[in-house]
Amino acid sequence: MEKIRVSGKNKTHKVLVYAISTCAWCKMTKQFLKDSDVEYEYVDVDLASEEDHEKIRKEITRLGASPSYPTLIVDERTVITGFRKDKIKEALDI
Amino acid sequence: MITLEKVRQRAESDAKTYGYYLNPDPQFLQDLLEGLRKNEERYGYPACPCRVGTGNLELDRDIICPCDYRDADVAEHGTCYCALYMRKDLYEGKTPINPIPERRPPEKQARAYGPTAAATPAAQQAPETKPNVSTRPDLVKKKLWYCKQCGYVVYREDPPYVCPICKAKREMFAEIEISTKLQG
Repeated sequence: MEKIRVSGKNKTHKVLVYAISTCAWCKMTKQFLKDSDVEYEYVDVDLASEEDHEKIRKEITRLGASPSYPTLIVDERTVITGFRKDKIKEALDI
Repeated sequence: MITLEKVRQRAESDAKTYGYYLNPDPQFLQDLLEGLRKNEERYGYPACPCRVGTGNLELDRDIICPCDYRDADVAEHGTCYCALYMRKDLYEGKTPINPIPERRPPEKQARAYGPTAAATPAAQQAPETKPNVSTRPDLVKKKLWYCKQCGYVVYREDPPYVCPICKAKREMFAEIEISTKLQG
């Protein structure tokens, strides 16, 4: 699965965003991370293969969340569903 | 090919008909409309821009914008899942606009994305536990429903959340059972 890296000065946490290319909330999430200068990787699941989409759904479910987008995964364990600015700030210490 | 302007007009007209408002943030709105345009281009129908479409109409029917969940979501949370359609108080900034939880039932998502979605029709099926939602597109079982308040009749898998004619709630819908009898 190809993850796109967006560089930023803040590399404290490993941030992964599962998004949808047409979704406005997903775009806001990406923009917020960029504006906060946080380095992150993302996958637009609607552009991924069905196989990868299934893997992503399983991964999100395994971490105890339900697969809807955007989903942020911080340090491979903390899951934030939806563009929840406060929760993102808290998880990333920003 | 559908233009962005056409998508905008359709959304505006639908909002007006149902007494909703479109997202007041011009950029956010533009992004959603562009998403709808893109989905119409790639799938042939305007699937919800904030959900993953499959390109299979039978599996995506409930998430074609305006989706089946819009009316219930606007009633409960003030906006639809995407925040494209909303109530007046949110549009006017009196109530904040926040992301809302997904209402689409997990079994419908599973049908669209689960391993059975891509399986061949010959594949073995597990016994069905949810009577209304089949796991295969070719087994989507449609029924006739009528609104007990105004008489509106619709042929689909589940009754709508709200009657599009008289705005009665889902509970006002009853299934029409048809039986045929041969005589003579």
